[in-house]
Amino acid sequence: MRAFRYARATDPGEAAALVAGVPDAVYLGGGTNLVDLMKLGVLRPGLVVDVSGLPYDTVAHRPDGGVLIGGAVRGRRLGLDEGIRSRFPALTRALLSGASAQIRTQATVAGNLLQRTRCPYFQDTGTPCNRRSPGSGCAAIPGVHRDLAVIGTSDACVASHPSDLAVALAAYDAVVEVRRPDGEQRLVPIHELHRLPGDTPWIETVLEPGDLITGVHLPPPAAPSATYRKVRDRWSYAFAVVSVAAVLRVEAGRVGDVRIALGGVAPRPWRLWATERALVGTDPGDDDVRAATRLAFADARPLPGNAFKLDLAADLVAAVLRELR
Amino acid sequence: MSGDVVLRVNGEDRVLHLDNRVTLLDALREHLRLTGTKKGCDHGQCGACTVLLDGERANSCLLLAVAVAGRAVTTVEGLADGAEPHPLQRAFIAHDGFQCGYCTPGQICSAIGMLAEAAAGLPSAVSADLAGTAAVDLDDEEIRERMSGNLCRCGAYAGIVAAIREVAGG
Ligand SMILES: Cc1cc2nc3c(=O)[nH]c(=O)nc-3n(C[C@H](O)[C@H](O)[C@H](O)COP(=O)(O)OP(=O)(O)OC[C@H]3O[C@@H](n4cnc5c(N)ncnc54)[C@H](O)[C@@H]3O)c2cc1C
Ligand code: FES
Ligand code: FES
Repeated sequence: MRAFRYARATDPGEAAALVAGVPDAVYLGGGTNLVDLMKLGVLRPGLVVDVSGLPYDTVAHRPDGGVLIGGAVRGRRLGLDEGIRSRFPALTRALLSGASAQIRTQATVAGNLLQRTRCPYFQDTGTPCNRRSPGSGCAAIPGVHRDLAVIGTSDACVASHPSDLAVALAAYDAVVEVRRPDGEQRLVPIHELHRLPGDTPWIETVLEPGDLITGVHLPPPAAPSATYRKVRDRWSYAFAVVSVAAVLRVEAGRVGDVRIALGGVAPRPWRLWATERALVGTDPGDDDVRAATRLAFADARPLPGNAFKLDLAADLVAAVLRELR
Repeated sequence: MSGDVVLRVNGEDRVLHLDNRVTLLDALREHLRLTGTKKGCDHGQCGACTVLLDGERANSCLLLAVAVAGRAVTTVEGLADGAEPHPLQRAFIAHDGFQCGYCTPGQICSAIGMLAEAAAGLPSAVSADLAGTAAVDLDDEEIRERMSGNLCRCGAYAGIVAAIREVAGG
């Protein structure tokens, strides 16, 4: 691990001032991803600014039914929140299906959103990876890519985003609150936070140097009926092969409103906009839902080792909507 | 790049001169010679390094020691009450909750944190009811899910679950 300076920020202005003009500075949340990647030599910061103690550690329920979850809120705290549990069940289920309990006691909401891909080549500095080392190539395309993305990818990178929480946030149309270094607030819809790789996979988000995630705003839920289901290689403590968060309102036997986001299939939580449009106003059977899911994968670029995810996604969406109806 | 860090371990303040790179796990084992806490994977994947941080379970391999200065760290060495083992330590012996014992300190610290989470009403991924806020009834399925962050290479899981269930009162 490269030697680094450590500083603990006590207010957001101080955090911004500490990282200003220091290109190799990073923020530290719970450290469960950052410290891991520093040990692996994937990240080599010269300055680590601890923002886990900043006063963004509350979950505030608003009169309109919306919620502001602080960026420094840890998983354990979020899992205990009664209002989230009763009104945003897909979010609680996604949270609790991620990592392990002891990782969740430390991991923060901001850090969860900004955790890096689990692509084995990204984590292995002995192999090419355009995301880690621009221009070095992508070892995953000809190599092991079973767990990686099938849509939103490019010839430069097929990494998938590993977060469960972010998938539920996408289904709930969350907006990420960012504090710019000059103190100004910037609002980023969750759907736009992570950039698709294109020719520049090393530029992972729309955040700029010094930007601090201070919270995530949830608008009032579109419907109370919602869930999260995660398919993985073992029952617990494993990343998603494919996961789905769905929010559904049924009106007079037909789909009144539906929001569906998938994990494990793309470089960011993947909203199934086309599927949602196809389903609204219908009374779909499982095959209709499968067909509607495939619509959203018209531009998919599956690889030999992960093409199965398209069928799996269609089955999973059908199963979850059946459960919610 | 280094400095004095006050670590509060098992109720005692210990001043260490540490490089910023030192994890809590390495500070405990290499600097304080508290070798009860074990290093398995060093990447958050096995739970052998689990300690209690302000009473909550955490993987000490992923924590920078400098970042936990001032917080209360409890390791397996701090669980017994004098010569009297902690009830979970006793239960692990009674139920054969280990074979080689390497994962055991992490299992026991993790279980203590887990019981506190359940008492506080924290649901798990297998809880059918998310909205209930009462203390959770810990059946085997709940215990297994909640302990999934602790791997046991010897496969002593049956004894581990039985030991925890006994202390949970199930
Ligand atoms: C063994 C293992 C299994 C896991 N399994 C899962 C899983 O199944 N599902 C899942 O979703 N996750 C899983 N995780 C990942 C885990 O959820 C993340 O490591 C965690 O959420 C990151 O949060 P953190 O606070 O520790 O982030 P950190 O490690 O502190 O930071 C992560 C990134 O966010 C940046 N950052 C942190 N806070 C801010 C801020 N306020 N503003 C701007 N930037 C910030 C950091 O600079 C860093 O780049 C797993 C991790 C491990 C080790
Ligand atoms: S040594 Fe920390 S989780 Fe394995
Ligand atoms: S008792 Fe040997 S690893 Fe668990």
